[in-house]
Amino acid sequence: MRQYFGRKLFIYGLTFFVAVTVNWLIPRFMPGDPVASMVARASISQPEAVAAMQAYYTDLFGLDQSLISQYFNFWAALVTGDFGISIWAYPKPVADVILGAVPYTLGLMIPAILLSWLVGNWAGALAARRKLLDNTVLPVGYILTATPYMWIAILLCWGFGVVLGVLPVAGGYSFALQPSWSWEFIGSLAQHWVLPFASLFLVALGGWAIGMRNMIIYELEADYSNYLAALGAPHRLIRRYAFRNAVLPQITGLALQLGVLVAGALVTEIVFSYPGIGSLILKAIQNKDFFLIQGTFLFIVLGVLIANFIIDVVYVVVDPRTRAGMAGAST
Amino acid sequence: MTLSVQDLRVYYRTLRGEVKALDGVSFELADGEILGLAGESGCGKTTLGKSLIRMDGRMKHVGGRVELDGEELPIGDTVKMNPFRFTEVSIIPQYSMSAMNPTRKIGRMVRELLDSRGVTVDTEELHRRLDLVELDRDVLKRYPMELSGGMKQRMVMVISTLLNPSLLIADEITSALDVSTQKAVVTTLKGFRDLGFVKSMIFITHDISLTNQLADTIMVMYAGKLAEKAPSDAVVNRPRHPYTQLLISSLPEVGVRYADKKLTGIPGNPPSLLDPPVGCRFQDRCPLAFDKCREEPPVVEVEKDHYVACWKA
Repeated sequence: MRQYFGRKLFIYGLTFFVAVTVNWLIPRFMPGDPVASMVARASISQPEAVAAMQAYYTDLFGLDQSLISQYFNFWAALVTGDFGISIWAYPKPVADVILGAVPYTLGLMIPAILLSWLVGNWAGALAARRKLLDNTVLPVGYILTATPYMWIAILLCWGFGVVLGVLPVAGGYSFALQPSWSWEFIGSLAQHWVLPFASLFLVALGGWAIGMRNMIIYELEADYSNYLAALGAPHRLIRRYAFRNAVLPQITGLALQLGVLVAGALVTEIVFSYPGIGSLILKAIQNKDFFLIQGTFLFIVLGVLIANFIIDVVYVVVDPRTRAGMAGAST
Repeated sequence: MTLSVQDLRVYYRTLRGEVKALDGVSFELADGEILGLAGESGCGKTTLGKSLIRMDGRMKHVGGRVELDGEELPIGDTVKMNPFRFTEVSIIPQYSMSAMNPTRKIGRMVRELLDSRGVTVDTEELHRRLDLVELDRDVLKRYPMELSGGMKQRMVMVISTLLNPSLLIADEITSALDVSTQKAVVTTLKGFRDLGFVKSMIFITHDISLTNQLADTIMVMYAGKLAEKAPSDAVVNRPRHPYTQLLISSLPEVGVRYADKKLTGIPGNPPSLLDPPVGCRFQDRCPLAFDKCREEPPVVEVEKDHYVACWKA
């Protein structure tokens, strides 16, 4: 057990190191000079002032040092939890900018992913080998899963926002409000949450339902199902066993989904102008904000690794065969 | 009389029509009798075994009756058949290696299976039977994949016979085992019968020499029909049906050097059961075939308990 998790942790550590390095490299090899664009934003015409500002900013962000020392400085800062200062939201620290966006993304993605997984698996398991249900769930599932996120998002915006006019279509909360812990604000938050959530939920739902249906049919054909049926076990027991085995690959699928969770649904957030990580990435790239790009990507990497680790632990609990693998690893 | 099968017909539905896999088979099985069911692949022996407990979705019960202990088995109705399964008729399947749910501990699976049938687990009896097949009691706390192939096989044998069924069907259970394990399995099955765990047994195999060690009676099937049925030694030593004769003569014998004597097989292939030939189904491969074979030979009792379906017998 210890060796298994030790090995896993080592692999995760290595992945983290490589990811951070790549993450540091990418913005630095992007064309364009962020300092120049910052200075340009100040629209100063005096050459001395421009030069002074350029020197100030370059020094501030440490861009005048050699790449190697920039790299080591980056790691040193990282260890102390310092992601640097955002260029786009100057002078706010990157960590603050990200932390401001995280609750929106998580609040949107976690319910969407988990609920679609639960409901999809339930619907798929129910439909498998039941003619009438199967004939409805399967086509609906195919249509949903084949629908692009943004298209369904736009459709929902149009339907509920424009035609019916019952739900707001942009922002994380009403533009007339300031974030606070009042009921009015929370109500507005909930209203703005419904449509982006629905668009993500619906599309994911179809995929899970189809996957589960197929897995259940496969498991109902398995030898252990046939044996139980030959011994007269009721359908309920056989289906329960089939579900338990069919859910294993679905858990892997969920792990992959949870991994990209922190990245947010970039396009969905853009369609709904939702102030989450997805919107942040877009702005960071548009503004050549090295530190914000690094920060958000680092955050995503961490999210993927943590989610995968959690799933590893869950797998050990639900699938005895993984435990055998652990024993095998120690010999 | 434990089991009585009369003119049983079971066809497979396929896209190209009905495959007459079991086409009018009648036989009887007495209390305490072990029947060895032999024949080539596709002769209908597994179909017969499956028909008696659970038909799969493609199988169709076309005609014939099956009675077990004087009660008719509703073999064509999978729902009505359910109360008989496990308690009256049980099966040791071909696929013992994968017959147990991989994500349940064996003990828990057995408990859940018995609970679902409304039977409480007699732990002592279960332990006693595990001892009998020389399985450690700890296997109940393990997952199937922690057992070796032979252990899984024995475990499935214990599970299948736990409710003392009247009829046990053992379907090709020795095919995947080495010779010494085959011997052990055969001994165990005999023990189950002698201890009264099962009243009678149908042992399906393509291995006649192994059947001979276990079975009281051997029934040879060919292309969905009964060819010959007789006490084991009569089938092995005095076969009357040309198919049985060829089958026996194609077996290697101990002490014979096959450098001098070539082993012969049976030339040709069994007929298609989509559209079987009229008359005797073995006529195309039979060295003794003559005009009369265009008519179907009836099953005749040529001597006591020795039934043969051949005009020349």
